[in-house]
Amino acid sequence: MKTLRSPGLWLPLLLVAAFAVYPLITGSASTRESMFTVLMSVALASSLNILLGYTGYVSFGHIVFFGLGGYVGFYLIDEQGWHLFPAALLGGVAAGLLALLLGLSILRLRGAYFALATIGINEAMKAFAKQFALFGGPNGMELNFAIYRGYGGANAALWLVFWSLAVLALVVIFVSFKVKKSKFGLGLMAIREDEDAAEVMGVVAPRAKTWAYVLSAIFPGMIGVLFFFKNGVIEPESAFRLHLSIELLVMVMLGGQGTVLGPALGGAAYQSLRRTLLTSPMFRDIQLVVAGVLLLLIVLFIPSGAVGWLRSRWAALRRVLE
Amino acid sequence: MILQVNNVTKQFGGLTAVKNVTFDLPPGQILGLIGPNGAGKTTLFNCINGVYTPTRGKVSFRGEDITGAPTYRAARLGLARTHQIVRPLNELTVRENVIVGACYGREGLGLAKAEHVADEVLAFVGLAARANLLAGSLNVAQKKRLEMARALAARPYLLLLDEVLAGLNTAEVSGMIATIRQIREQGVTIIMIEHIMHAVMNLSDRIIVLNYGEMIAAGTPEEVSQNPQVIEAYLGDPELAARLLEEEKR
Ligand SMILES: Nc1ncnc2c1ncn2[C@@H]1O[C@H](COP(=O)(O)OP(=O)(O)O)[C@@H](O)[C@H]1O
Ligand SMILES: [Mg+2]
Repeated sequence: MKTLRSPGLWLPLLLVAAFAVYPLITGSASTRESMFTVLMSVALASSLNILLGYTGYVSFGHIVFFGLGGYVGFYLIDEQGWHLFPAALLGGVAAGLLALLLGLSILRLRGAYFALATIGINEAMKAFAKQFALFGGPNGMELNFAIYRGYGGANAALWLVFWSLAVLALVVIFVSFKVKKSKFGLGLMAIREDEDAAEVMGVVAPRAKTWAYVLSAIFPGMIGVLFFFKNGVIEPESAFRLHLSIELLVMVMLGGQGTVLGPALGGAAYQSLRRTLLTSPMFRDIQLVVAGVLLLLIVLFIPSGAVGWLRSRWAALRRVLE
Repeated sequence: MILQVNNVTKQFGGLTAVKNVTFDLPPGQILGLIGPNGAGKTTLFNCINGVYTPTRGKVSFRGEDITGAPTYRAARLGLARTHQIVRPLNELTVRENVIVGACYGREGLGLAKAEHVADEVLAFVGLAARANLLAGSLNVAQKKRLEMARALAARPYLLLLDEVLAGLNTAEVSGMIATIRQIREQGVTIIMIEHIMHAVMNLSDRIIVLNYGEMIAAGTPEEVSQNPQVIEAYLGDPELAARLLEEEKR
Protein backbone atom coordinates (compact mmCIF):
# COMPACT_ATOMS: atom_id res chain seq x y z
CA MET A 1 0.00 0.00 0.00
CA LYS A 2 1.21 3.45 -0.93
CA THR A 3 0.18 4.92 2.41
CA LEU A 4 2.30 2.49 4.40
CA ARG A 5 5.41 3.22 2.38
CA SER A 6 5.17 6.92 3.20
CA PRO A 7 7.76 7.93 5.81
CA GLY A 8 5.33 10.62 6.91
CA LEU A 9 3.25 7.79 8.32
CA TRP A 10 5.69 5.18 9.50
CA LEU A 11 8.06 7.57 11.25
CA PRO A 12 5.45 8.59 13.84
CA LEU A 13 4.13 5.02 13.96
CA LEU A 14 7.65 3.77 14.71
CA LEU A 15 8.07 6.40 17.39
CA VAL A 16 4.87 5.32 19.10
CA ALA A 17 5.77 1.65 18.72
CA ALA A 18 9.11 2.34 20.38
CA PHE A 19 7.38 3.89 23.41
CA ALA A 20 5.09 0.89 23.56
CA VAL A 21 7.84 -1.72 23.36
CA TYR A 22 10.19 -0.02 25.82
CA PRO A 23 8.50 -1.32 29.00
CA LEU A 24 8.44 -4.78 27.47
CA ILE A 25 12.23 -4.69 27.35
CA THR A 26 12.68 -3.38 30.86
CA GLY A 27 9.72 -5.41 32.11
CA SER A 28 9.28 -2.95 34.95
CA ALA A 29 6.02 -1.47 36.12
CA SER A 30 7.54 1.96 36.53
CA THR A 31 8.67 2.24 32.89
CA ARG A 32 5.23 0.98 31.92
CA GLU A 33 3.67 3.77 33.94
CA SER A 34 5.87 6.49 32.50
CA MET A 35 5.33 5.18 28.96
CA PHE A 36 1.60 5.09 29.67
CA THR A 37 1.76 8.81 30.36
CA VAL A 38 3.80 9.40 27.22
CA LEU A 39 1.48 7.36 25.00
CA MET A 40 -1.53 9.05 26.49
CA SER A 41 -0.04 12.48 25.80
CA VAL A 42 0.87 11.48 22.25
CA ALA A 43 -2.62 10.19 21.52
CA LEU A 44 -4.42 13.12 23.16
CA ALA A 45 -2.20 15.70 21.49
CA SER A 46 -2.61 14.03 18.10
CA SER A 47 -6.39 14.05 18.53
CA LEU A 48 -6.41 17.70 19.50
CA ASN A 49 -4.23 18.39 16.47
CA ILE A 50 -7.05 17.40 14.12
CA LEU A 51 -8.99 20.39 15.40
CA LEU A 52 -6.17 22.73 16.36
CA GLY A 53 -3.59 21.95 13.71
CA TYR A 54 -5.66 20.99 10.70
CA THR A 55 -8.78 23.11 11.23
CA GLY A 56 -7.20 26.02 13.09
CA TYR A 57 -9.64 26.09 16.01
CA VAL A 58 -8.08 26.46 19.44
CA SER A 59 -9.84 24.30 21.99
CA PHE A 60 -8.74 25.14 25.52
CA GLY A 61 -11.13 22.70 27.08
CA HIS A 62 -10.48 19.59 25.03
CA ILE A 63 -10.01 17.53 28.16
CA VAL A 64 -13.79 17.61 28.62
CA PHE A 65 -14.01 14.69 26.19
CA PHE A 66 -11.44 12.71 28.15
CA GLY A 67 -13.42 13.37 31.31
CA LEU A 68 -16.84 12.61 29.90
CA GLY A 69 -15.67 9.45 28.13
CA GLY A 70 -13.89 8.40 31.30
CA TYR A 71 -17.04 8.86 33.36
CA VAL A 72 -19.31 7.01 30.94
CA GLY A 73 -16.90 4.09 30.58
CA PHE A 74 -16.17 3.95 34.29
CA TYR A 75 -19.86 3.84 35.06
CA LEU A 76 -20.42 1.02 32.58
CA ILE A 77 -17.54 -1.03 33.96
CA ASP A 78 -18.16 -0.34 37.63
CA GLU A 79 -21.93 -0.23 37.85
CA GLN A 80 -23.05 -2.23 34.83
CA GLY A 81 -20.30 -4.84 34.77
CA TRP A 82 -19.19 -4.15 31.20
CA HIS A 83 -15.84 -5.30 29.90
CA LEU A 84 -13.21 -2.61 29.38
CA PHE A 85 -13.31 -2.74 25.57
CA PRO A 86 -16.99 -2.06 24.87
CA ALA A 87 -16.95 0.46 27.71
CA ALA A 88 -14.04 2.29 26.07
CA LEU A 89 -15.87 2.28 22.77
CA LEU A 90 -18.94 3.75 24.37
CA GLY A 91 -16.83 6.35 26.16
CA GLY A 92 -15.61 7.38 22.72
CA VAL A 93 -19.15 7.46 21.36
CA ALA A 94 -20.32 9.63 24.26
CA ALA A 95 -17.48 12.09 23.71
CA GLY A 96 -18.20 12.13 19.98
CA LEU A 97 -21.87 12.81 20.61
CA LEU A 98 -21.07 15.70 22.93
CA ALA A 99 -18.77 17.14 20.26
CA LEU A 100 -21.50 16.72 17.66
CA LEU A 101 -23.97 18.65 19.79
CA LEU A 102 -21.44 21.33 20.64
CA GLY A 103 -20.20 21.50 17.09
CA LEU A 104 -23.58 22.56 15.83
CA SER A 105 -23.60 25.46 18.29
CA ILE A 106 -20.23 26.76 19.47
CA LEU A 107 -18.32 26.06 16.26
CA ARG A 108 -20.14 29.04 14.84
CA LEU A 109 -17.90 31.11 17.09
CA ARG A 110 -14.50 32.00 15.78
CA GLY A 111 -11.11 32.67 17.30
CA ALA A 112 -10.98 33.59 20.95
CA TYR A 113 -14.74 33.21 21.38
CA PHE A 114 -14.60 29.55 20.47
CA ALA A 115 -11.58 29.00 22.73
CA LEU A 116 -13.40 30.63 25.65
CA ALA A 117 -16.56 28.63 25.01
CA THR A 118 -14.59 25.37 25.23
CA ILE A 119 -13.33 26.36 28.67
CA GLY A 120 -16.89 27.10 29.70
CA ILE A 121 -18.04 23.68 28.52
CA ASN A 122 -15.35 21.93 30.53
CA GLU A 123 -16.28 23.81 33.68
CA ALA A 124 -19.97 23.20 33.06
CA MET A 125 -19.36 19.45 32.70
CA LYS A 126 -17.34 19.44 35.89
CA ALA A 127 -20.16 21.20 37.72
CA PHE A 128 -22.63 18.76 36.24
CA ALA A 129 -20.57 15.73 37.31
CA LYS A 130 -20.46 17.10 40.85
CA GLN A 131 -24.25 17.17 40.92
CA PHE A 132 -24.99 13.97 39.03
CA ALA A 133 -25.81 11.25 41.53
CA LEU A 134 -25.53 8.41 39.01
CA PHE A 135 -21.85 9.27 38.57
CA GLY A 136 -21.27 9.56 42.30
CA GLY A 137 -21.65 13.32 42.61
CA PRO A 138 -18.71 15.24 44.10
CA ASN A 139 -17.02 12.06 45.34
CA GLY A 140 -17.05 10.34 41.98
CA MET A 141 -16.76 6.58 41.74
CA GLU A 142 -14.31 3.97 42.91
CA LEU A 143 -13.69 0.72 41.12
CA ASN A 144 -14.42 -2.46 43.02
CA PHE A 145 -11.12 -4.31 43.09
CA ALA A 146 -12.86 -7.56 42.39
CA ILE A 147 -13.43 -6.33 38.85
CA TYR A 148 -9.74 -6.81 38.04
CA ARG A 149 -10.18 -10.52 38.68
CA GLY A 150 -12.09 -10.77 35.44
CA TYR A 151 -8.90 -9.69 33.66
CA GLY A 152 -6.62 -12.20 35.40
CA GLY A 153 -5.68 -9.99 38.32
CA ALA A 154 -4.66 -6.38 38.78
CA ASN A 155 -1.26 -6.78 37.16
CA ALA A 156 -2.65 -8.39 34.02
CA ALA A 157 -5.32 -5.72 33.85
CA LEU A 158 -2.71 -2.98 34.00
CA TRP A 159 -0.77 -4.54 31.13
CA LEU A 160 -3.98 -4.95 29.14
CA VAL A 161 -4.75 -1.26 29.60
CA PHE A 162 -1.24 -0.40 28.53
CA TRP A 163 -1.44 -2.44 25.33
CA SER A 164 -4.89 -1.07 24.56
CA LEU A 165 -3.56 2.44 24.88
CA ALA A 166 -0.58 1.61 22.64
CA VAL A 167 -2.89 0.27 19.94
CA LEU A 168 -5.15 3.29 20.30
CA ALA A 169 -2.18 5.65 19.97
CA LEU A 170 -1.15 3.89 16.75
CA VAL A 171 -4.72 4.17 15.45
CA VAL A 172 -4.81 7.89 16.27
CA ILE A 173 -1.58 8.46 14.33
CA PHE A 174 -2.93 6.49 11.39
CA VAL A 175 -6.20 8.42 11.40
CA SER A 176 -4.35 11.71 11.74
CA PHE A 177 -2.25 10.86 8.68
CA LYS A 178 -5.22 9.67 6.67
CA VAL A 179 -7.19 12.81 7.49
CA LYS A 180 -4.29 15.02 6.51
CA LYS A 181 -3.99 13.28 3.15
CA SER A 182 -7.71 13.24 2.37
CA LYS A 183 -10.11 15.56 0.63
CA PHE A 184 -11.79 16.10 3.99
CA GLY A 185 -8.46 17.14 5.50
CA LEU A 186 -7.73 19.51 2.64
CA GLY A 187 -11.08 21.16 3.32
CA LEU A 188 -10.12 21.51 6.99
CA MET A 189 -6.81 23.11 6.10
CA ALA A 190 -8.58 25.49 3.73
CA ILE A 191 -10.81 26.48 6.66
CA ARG A 192 -7.73 26.99 8.81
CA GLU A 193 -6.17 29.32 6.25
CA ASP A 194 -9.26 31.37 5.44
CA GLU A 195 -12.68 30.09 6.40
CA ASP A 196 -14.65 32.56 4.28
CA ALA A 197 -12.54 31.91 1.20
CA ALA A 198 -12.88 28.18 1.78
CA GLU A 199 -16.66 28.50 1.82
CA VAL A 200 -16.60 30.57 -1.35
CA MET A 201 -14.74 27.64 -2.93
CA GLY A 202 -17.49 25.31 -1.78
CA VAL A 203 -16.18 23.87 1.47
CA VAL A 204 -19.21 23.33 3.70
CA ALA A 205 -17.38 24.69 6.72
CA PRO A 206 -20.02 24.10 9.40
CA ARG A 207 -20.21 20.42 8.50
CA ALA A 208 -16.46 19.91 8.05
CA LYS A 209 -15.63 21.65 11.33
CA THR A 210 -18.20 19.61 13.20
CA TRP A 211 -16.78 16.31 11.92
CA ALA A 212 -13.27 17.44 12.74
CA TYR A 213 -14.44 18.25 16.25
CA VAL A 214 -16.19 14.89 16.60
CA LEU A 215 -13.14 13.02 15.33
CA SER A 216 -10.85 14.90 17.69
CA ALA A 217 -13.19 14.07 20.60
CA ILE A 218 -13.75 10.34 20.10
CA PHE A 219 -10.21 9.22 20.92
CA PRO A 220 -9.86 11.32 24.08
CA GLY A 221 -13.17 9.80 25.19
CA MET A 222 -11.78 6.29 24.76
CA ILE A 223 -8.47 7.17 26.38
CA GLY A 224 -10.35 8.57 29.37
CA VAL A 225 -11.92 5.17 29.93
CA LEU A 226 -8.54 3.41 29.81
CA PHE A 227 -6.95 5.96 32.13
CA PHE A 228 -9.61 5.89 34.81
CA PHE A 229 -9.94 2.11 34.64
CA LYS A 230 -6.24 1.94 35.43
CA ASN A 231 -6.60 4.68 38.03
CA GLY A 232 -9.39 2.88 39.83
CA VAL A 233 -10.99 6.17 40.86
CA ILE A 234 -12.76 8.91 38.97
CA GLU A 235 -13.88 12.23 40.40
CA PRO A 236 -14.89 15.56 38.87
CA GLU A 237 -11.65 17.32 39.73
CA SER A 238 -9.45 14.67 38.14
CA ALA A 239 -11.66 14.10 35.10
CA PHE A 240 -11.95 17.71 33.95
CA ARG A 241 -8.48 19.09 34.70
CA LEU A 242 -8.27 22.30 32.72
CA HIS A 243 -4.50 22.51 33.09
CA LEU A 244 -4.14 19.20 31.27
CA SER A 245 -5.96 20.85 28.38
CA ILE A 246 -3.43 23.62 28.33
CA GLU A 247 -0.55 21.17 28.53
CA LEU A 248 -2.01 19.42 25.48
CA LEU A 249 -1.91 22.71 23.58
CA VAL A 250 1.73 23.12 24.54
CA MET A 251 2.53 19.62 23.28
CA VAL A 252 0.87 20.21 19.91
CA MET A 253 2.48 23.60 19.48
CA LEU A 254 5.87 22.38 20.63
CA GLY A 255 5.99 19.49 18.17
CA GLY A 256 4.30 21.31 15.33
CA GLN A 257 0.59 21.93 14.80
CA GLY A 258 -0.85 20.61 11.60
CA THR A 259 1.78 17.89 11.24
CA VAL A 260 1.36 14.18 11.97
CA LEU A 261 4.70 13.67 13.67
CA GLY A 262 4.69 16.95 15.60
CA PRO A 263 2.10 16.21 18.30
CA ALA A 264 3.64 12.77 18.87
CA LEU A 265 7.06 14.28 19.27
CA GLY A 266 5.72 17.20 21.30
CA GLY A 267 3.76 14.93 23.63
CA ALA A 268 6.82 12.79 24.32
CA ALA A 269 9.16 15.76 24.71
CA TYR A 270 6.82 17.59 27.01
CA GLN A 271 6.35 14.58 29.25
CA SER A 272 10.07 13.97 29.60
CA LEU A 273 10.56 17.63 30.43
CA ARG A 274 7.78 17.44 32.95
CA ARG A 275 9.26 14.35 34.57
CA THR A 276 12.53 16.16 35.05
CA LEU A 277 10.75 19.12 36.53
CA LEU A 278 8.70 16.95 38.86
CA THR A 279 11.79 15.35 40.34
CA SER A 280 13.43 18.70 40.89
CA PRO A 281 12.02 20.25 44.06
CA MET A 282 12.75 23.71 42.72
CA PHE A 283 10.44 23.29 39.77
CA ARG A 284 7.84 20.92 41.10
CA ASP A 285 5.43 23.62 42.15
CA ILE A 286 5.78 25.75 39.10
CA GLN A 287 5.39 23.21 36.30
CA LEU A 288 2.33 25.02 34.95
CA VAL A 289 4.23 28.26 34.90
CA VAL A 290 6.92 26.49 32.93
CA ALA A 291 4.27 25.22 30.51
CA GLY A 292 2.96 28.76 30.10
CA VAL A 293 6.38 30.23 29.48
CA LEU A 294 7.15 27.43 27.05
CA LEU A 295 3.94 28.15 25.15
CA LEU A 296 4.85 31.82 24.98
CA LEU A 297 8.33 31.06 23.69
CA ILE A 298 6.98 28.71 21.03
CA VAL A 299 4.37 31.18 19.84
CA LEU A 300 6.98 33.93 19.67
CA PHE A 301 9.91 32.08 18.15
CA ILE A 302 8.82 28.85 16.49
CA PRO A 303 5.09 29.27 15.85
CA SER A 304 5.08 26.27 13.54
CA GLY A 305 6.70 24.01 16.16
CA ALA A 306 9.71 21.74 15.85
CA VAL A 307 8.49 19.70 12.88
CA GLY A 308 7.11 22.76 11.11
CA TRP A 309 10.42 24.51 11.60
CA LEU A 310 12.39 21.56 10.24
CA ARG A 311 10.09 21.35 7.22
CA SER A 312 10.49 24.99 6.36
CA ARG A 313 14.23 24.94 7.04
CA TRP A 314 15.03 21.94 4.84
CA ALA A 315 12.76 21.46 1.84
CA ALA A 316 14.01 17.88 1.44
CA LEU A 317 12.46 17.01 4.80
CA ARG A 318 9.01 17.87 3.50
CA ARG A 319 8.75 14.53 1.79
CA VAL A 320 9.83 12.69 4.92
CA LEU A 321 8.07 14.56 7.72
CA GLU A 322 4.35 15.05 7.52
CA MET B 1 -31.06 32.71 -18.17
CA ILE B 2 -28.12 31.55 -16.14
CA LEU B 3 -28.45 34.39 -13.63
CA GLN B 4 -31.35 36.60 -12.71
CA VAL B 5 -30.79 39.55 -10.42
CA ASN B 6 -34.05 41.08 -9.36
CA ASN B 7 -34.31 44.43 -7.57
CA VAL B 8 -31.32 43.71 -5.40
CA THR B 9 -30.61 46.29 -2.71
CA LYS B 10 -27.90 46.13 -0.08
CA GLN B 11 -27.67 48.58 2.77
CA PHE B 12 -24.93 48.94 5.35
CA GLY B 13 -26.52 50.93 8.12
CA GLY B 14 -27.48 54.18 6.47
CA LEU B 15 -25.43 53.57 3.34
CA THR B 16 -27.10 52.01 0.32
CA ALA B 17 -24.23 50.29 -1.47
CA VAL B 18 -26.42 48.62 -4.11
CA LYS B 19 -29.79 50.04 -5.04
CA ASN B 20 -32.52 48.16 -6.94
CA VAL B 21 -30.26 46.43 -9.42
CA THR B 22 -32.01 44.21 -11.93
CA PHE B 23 -30.56 42.30 -14.84
CA ASP B 24 -30.71 38.93 -16.58
CA LEU B 25 -27.66 37.17 -17.88
CA PRO B 26 -27.95 34.71 -20.77
CA PRO B 27 -25.43 31.86 -20.82
CA GLY B 28 -22.22 32.15 -22.81
CA GLN B 29 -21.85 35.91 -22.49
CA ILE B 30 -19.29 38.15 -20.91
CA LEU B 31 -20.94 40.89 -18.91
CA GLY B 32 -18.78 43.86 -17.94
CA LEU B 33 -19.55 45.60 -14.66
CA ILE B 34 -18.06 49.07 -14.43
CA GLY B 35 -18.40 52.13 -12.27
CA PRO B 36 -16.25 54.41 -10.13
CA ASN B 37 -14.61 53.20 -6.92
CA GLY B 38 -17.20 52.64 -4.23
CA ALA B 39 -20.02 52.28 -6.76
CA GLY B 40 -21.08 48.95 -5.24
CA LYS B 41 -19.66 46.52 -7.78
CA THR B 42 -17.96 44.21 -5.31
CA THR B 43 -20.97 44.43 -3.02
CA LEU B 44 -23.16 43.28 -5.91
CA PHE B 45 -20.89 40.25 -6.39
CA ASN B 46 -21.12 39.58 -2.69
CA CYS B 47 -24.92 39.64 -2.91
CA ILE B 48 -24.87 37.27 -5.86
CA ASN B 49 -22.67 34.56 -4.37
CA GLY B 50 -24.02 34.81 -0.84
CA VAL B 51 -21.28 36.64 1.06
CA TYR B 52 -24.04 39.10 1.90
CA THR B 53 -27.76 38.56 2.09
CA PRO B 54 -29.36 41.35 0.08
CA THR B 55 -31.49 43.73 2.13
CA ARG B 56 -34.14 43.32 -0.57
CA GLY B 57 -34.46 41.56 -3.87
CA LYS B 58 -33.82 38.15 -5.31
CA VAL B 59 -30.98 36.28 -6.98
CA SER B 60 -31.64 33.16 -9.06
CA PHE B 61 -28.92 31.00 -10.48
CA ARG B 62 -29.88 28.50 -13.17
CA GLY B 63 -33.49 28.78 -12.10
CA GLU B 64 -32.77 28.21 -8.43
CA ASP B 65 -33.36 30.89 -5.81
CA ILE B 66 -30.04 31.43 -4.03
CA THR B 67 -30.85 34.72 -2.32
CA GLY B 68 -28.90 34.79 0.93
CA ALA B 69 -27.86 31.14 0.61
CA PRO B 70 -24.41 30.34 2.00
CA THR B 71 -21.51 30.89 -0.35
CA TYR B 72 -20.69 27.17 -0.50
CA ARG B 73 -24.14 26.48 -1.89
CA ALA B 74 -23.55 28.84 -4.82
CA ALA B 75 -20.13 27.27 -5.32
CA ARG B 76 -21.58 23.76 -5.45
CA LEU B 77 -24.21 24.89 -7.96
CA GLY B 78 -21.49 26.11 -10.30
CA LEU B 79 -20.84 29.72 -9.39
CA ALA B 80 -17.18 30.55 -8.83
CA ARG B 81 -15.53 33.88 -8.11
CA THR B 82 -12.26 35.63 -7.58
CA HIS B 83 -11.59 38.24 -4.91
CA GLN B 84 -10.54 41.80 -5.64
CA ILE B 85 -8.30 41.61 -2.59
CA VAL B 86 -6.68 38.25 -3.12
CA ARG B 87 -7.27 35.55 -0.53
CA PRO B 88 -4.71 32.81 -1.04
CA LEU B 89 -4.61 29.91 1.41
CA ASN B 90 -1.12 30.97 2.41
CA GLU B 91 0.25 27.89 4.12
CA LEU B 92 -0.96 25.55 1.40
CA THR B 93 0.89 25.13 -1.85
CA VAL B 94 -0.34 26.75 -5.06
CA ARG B 95 -1.37 23.32 -6.28
CA GLU B 96 -3.25 22.51 -3.07
CA ASN B 97 -5.11 25.80 -3.35
CA VAL B 98 -6.34 24.82 -6.78
CA ILE B 99 -7.14 21.26 -5.68
CA VAL B 100 -9.48 22.75 -3.06
CA GLY B 101 -11.29 24.51 -5.89
CA ALA B 102 -11.64 21.28 -7.86
CA CYS B 103 -12.60 19.13 -4.86
CA TYR B 104 -15.31 21.40 -3.56
CA GLY B 105 -16.53 23.10 -6.73
CA ARG B 106 -19.37 22.16 -8.99
CA GLU B 107 -18.09 18.68 -9.77
CA GLY B 108 -16.95 17.92 -6.22
CA LEU B 109 -14.15 15.73 -7.51
CA GLY B 110 -12.23 13.16 -5.51
CA LEU B 111 -8.61 13.95 -4.68
CA ALA B 112 -7.00 12.02 -7.53
CA LYS B 113 -9.18 13.58 -10.22
CA ALA B 114 -8.92 16.99 -8.59
CA GLU B 115 -5.12 16.80 -8.74
CA HIS B 116 -5.37 16.13 -12.43
CA VAL B 117 -7.70 19.08 -13.02
CA ALA B 118 -5.49 21.30 -10.88
CA ASP B 119 -2.43 20.55 -12.98
CA GLU B 120 -4.38 21.26 -16.13
CA VAL B 121 -5.68 24.58 -14.83
CA LEU B 122 -2.30 25.61 -13.45
CA ALA B 123 -0.75 25.07 -16.87
CA PHE B 124 -3.60 27.04 -18.45
CA VAL B 125 -3.10 30.12 -16.23
CA GLY B 126 0.68 29.83 -16.41
CA LEU B 127 1.41 28.85 -12.83
CA ALA B 128 2.60 25.30 -13.43
CA ALA B 129 6.20 26.15 -12.59
CA ARG B 130 5.11 27.49 -9.19
CA ALA B 131 2.75 24.65 -8.31
CA ASN B 132 4.72 23.46 -5.31
CA LEU B 133 5.47 26.83 -3.75
CA LEU B 134 3.47 28.06 -0.81
CA ALA B 135 0.68 30.32 -2.05
CA GLY B 136 1.76 33.00 0.39
CA SER B 137 5.07 33.36 -1.43
CA LEU B 138 3.57 34.45 -4.77
CA ASN B 139 3.61 38.05 -5.97
CA VAL B 140 0.37 39.94 -6.56
CA ALA B 141 0.07 39.14 -10.27
CA GLN B 142 0.61 35.46 -9.51
CA LYS B 143 -1.90 35.56 -6.68
CA LYS B 144 -4.48 37.00 -9.10
CA ARG B 145 -3.79 34.09 -11.40
CA LEU B 146 -4.15 31.75 -8.48
CA GLU B 147 -7.56 33.22 -7.67
CA MET B 148 -8.50 32.59 -11.27
CA ALA B 149 -7.09 29.05 -11.25
CA ARG B 150 -9.00 28.11 -8.11
CA ALA B 151 -12.22 29.41 -9.60
CA LEU B 152 -11.65 27.62 -12.90
CA ALA B 153 -10.79 24.34 -11.23
CA ALA B 154 -14.34 24.34 -9.88
CA ARG B 155 -15.50 24.01 -13.52
CA PRO B 156 -18.16 26.69 -12.94
CA TYR B 157 -21.07 27.62 -15.18
CA LEU B 158 -20.68 31.23 -14.09
CA LEU B 159 -17.46 32.97 -13.18
CA LEU B 160 -17.36 36.29 -11.32
CA LEU B 161 -14.07 38.12 -11.88
CA ASP B 162 -13.39 41.05 -9.55
CA GLU B 163 -10.64 43.26 -10.99
CA VAL B 164 -8.33 40.49 -12.08
CA LEU B 165 -6.39 42.94 -14.23
CA ALA B 166 -5.75 45.53 -11.53
CA GLY B 167 -2.11 45.88 -10.60
CA LEU B 168 -0.84 43.89 -13.56
CA ASN B 169 1.67 45.28 -16.03
CA THR B 170 0.87 45.66 -19.75
CA ALA B 171 2.21 42.28 -20.73
CA GLU B 172 0.40 40.58 -17.87
CA VAL B 173 -2.83 42.37 -18.82
CA SER B 174 -2.68 41.09 -22.39
CA GLY B 175 -1.92 37.62 -21.11
CA MET B 176 -4.91 37.72 -18.79
CA ILE B 177 -7.22 39.07 -21.51
CA ALA B 178 -6.27 36.16 -23.73
CA THR B 179 -6.92 33.81 -20.83
CA ILE B 180 -10.38 35.28 -20.23
CA ARG B 181 -11.24 34.88 -23.92
CA GLN B 182 -10.23 31.25 -23.80
CA ILE B 183 -12.37 30.67 -20.73
CA ARG B 184 -15.38 32.07 -22.53
CA GLU B 185 -14.65 29.85 -25.49
CA GLN B 186 -14.90 26.90 -23.16
CA GLY B 187 -18.51 27.94 -22.60
CA VAL B 188 -18.19 29.61 -19.22
CA THR B 189 -20.39 32.65 -18.63
CA ILE B 190 -18.49 35.54 -17.08
CA ILE B 191 -19.23 38.73 -15.19
CA MET B 192 -16.15 40.89 -14.91
CA ILE B 193 -15.58 43.98 -12.82
CA GLU B 194 -12.83 45.97 -14.43
CA HIS B 195 -11.31 49.42 -14.46
CA ILE B 196 -9.10 48.95 -17.48
CA MET B 197 -11.53 50.31 -20.04
CA HIS B 198 -10.12 48.96 -23.24
CA ALA B 199 -10.17 45.50 -21.74
CA VAL B 200 -13.83 45.63 -20.63
CA MET B 201 -14.97 47.32 -23.80
CA ASN B 202 -13.41 44.67 -25.95
CA LEU B 203 -14.12 41.57 -23.94
CA SER B 204 -17.72 42.29 -22.97
CA ASP B 205 -20.82 41.43 -24.93
CA ARG B 206 -22.79 43.71 -22.68
CA ILE B 207 -21.90 46.23 -20.00
CA ILE B 208 -23.66 47.42 -16.87
CA VAL B 209 -22.66 50.70 -15.26
CA LEU B 210 -23.12 51.28 -11.54
CA ASN B 211 -22.89 54.67 -9.89
CA TYR B 212 -23.60 55.16 -6.17
CA GLY B 213 -25.17 51.71 -6.14
CA GLU B 214 -27.57 52.45 -8.97
CA MET B 215 -27.53 50.95 -12.41
CA ILE B 216 -27.30 54.02 -14.59
CA ALA B 217 -26.82 52.28 -17.92
CA ALA B 218 -26.82 48.88 -19.58
CA GLY B 219 -26.13 47.84 -23.14
CA THR B 220 -23.46 46.99 -25.63
CA PRO B 221 -20.03 48.57 -25.16
CA GLU B 222 -20.83 51.07 -27.93
CA GLU B 223 -24.17 52.07 -26.41
CA VAL B 224 -22.75 52.44 -22.96
CA SER B 225 -19.76 54.46 -24.04
CA GLN B 226 -22.03 56.92 -25.81
CA ASN B 227 -24.49 57.27 -22.95
CA PRO B 228 -24.22 60.88 -21.71
CA GLN B 229 -24.97 59.91 -18.12
CA VAL B 230 -22.15 57.40 -18.15
CA ILE B 231 -19.79 59.87 -19.68
CA GLU B 232 -20.60 62.39 -17.02
CA ALA B 233 -20.59 60.05 -14.06
CA TYR B 234 -17.75 57.92 -14.94
CA LEU B 235 -15.80 58.29 -18.07
CA GLY B 236 -15.45 62.04 -17.63
CA ASP B 237 -13.92 62.63 -21.01
CA PRO B 238 -16.60 62.29 -23.73
CA GLU B 239 -14.03 61.19 -26.28
CA LEU B 240 -12.41 58.63 -24.02
CA ALA B 241 -14.69 55.69 -24.64
CA ALA B 242 -14.70 56.13 -28.36
CA ARG B 243 -10.94 56.38 -28.37
CA LEU B 244 -10.57 53.27 -26.31
CA LEU B 245 -12.73 51.30 -28.68
CA GLU B 246 -10.73 52.59 -31.62
CA GLU B 247 -7.45 51.77 -29.96
CA GLU B 248 -8.33 48.16 -29.55
CA LYS B 249 -9.58 47.74 -33.11
CA ARG B 250 -6.29 48.84 -34.54
N1 LIG C 1 -19.03 45.34 4.74
C1 LIG C 1 -19.29 46.65 4.53
N2 LIG C 1 -19.71 47.43 5.52
C2 LIG C 1 -19.97 48.74 5.33
N3 LIG C 1 -19.82 49.35 4.15
C3 LIG C 1 -19.41 48.63 3.10
C4 LIG C 1 -19.11 47.24 3.23
N4 LIG C 1 -18.71 46.78 2.02
C5 LIG C 1 -18.75 47.83 1.19
N5 LIG C 1 -19.19 48.95 1.82
C6 LIG C 1 -19.39 50.25 1.22
O1 LIG C 1 -20.23 50.08 0.11
C7 LIG C 1 -19.83 50.91 -0.95
C8 LIG C 1 -19.56 50.07 -2.17
O2 LIG C 1 -18.36 49.36 -2.00
P1 LIG C 1 -17.82 48.32 -3.05
O3 LIG C 1 -18.92 47.40 -3.41
O4 LIG C 1 -16.59 47.71 -2.51
O5 LIG C 1 -17.46 49.25 -4.28
P2 LIG C 1 -16.69 48.92 -5.62
O6 LIG C 1 -16.35 47.47 -5.63
O7 LIG C 1 -17.60 49.32 -6.70
O8 LIG C 1 -15.46 49.78 -5.59
C9 LIG C 1 -18.62 51.69 -0.47
O9 LIG C 1 -19.06 52.94 -0.02
C10 LIG C 1 -18.11 50.85 0.67
O10 LIG C 1 -17.46 51.65 1.62
MG1 LIG D 1 -14.54 46.51 -5.67
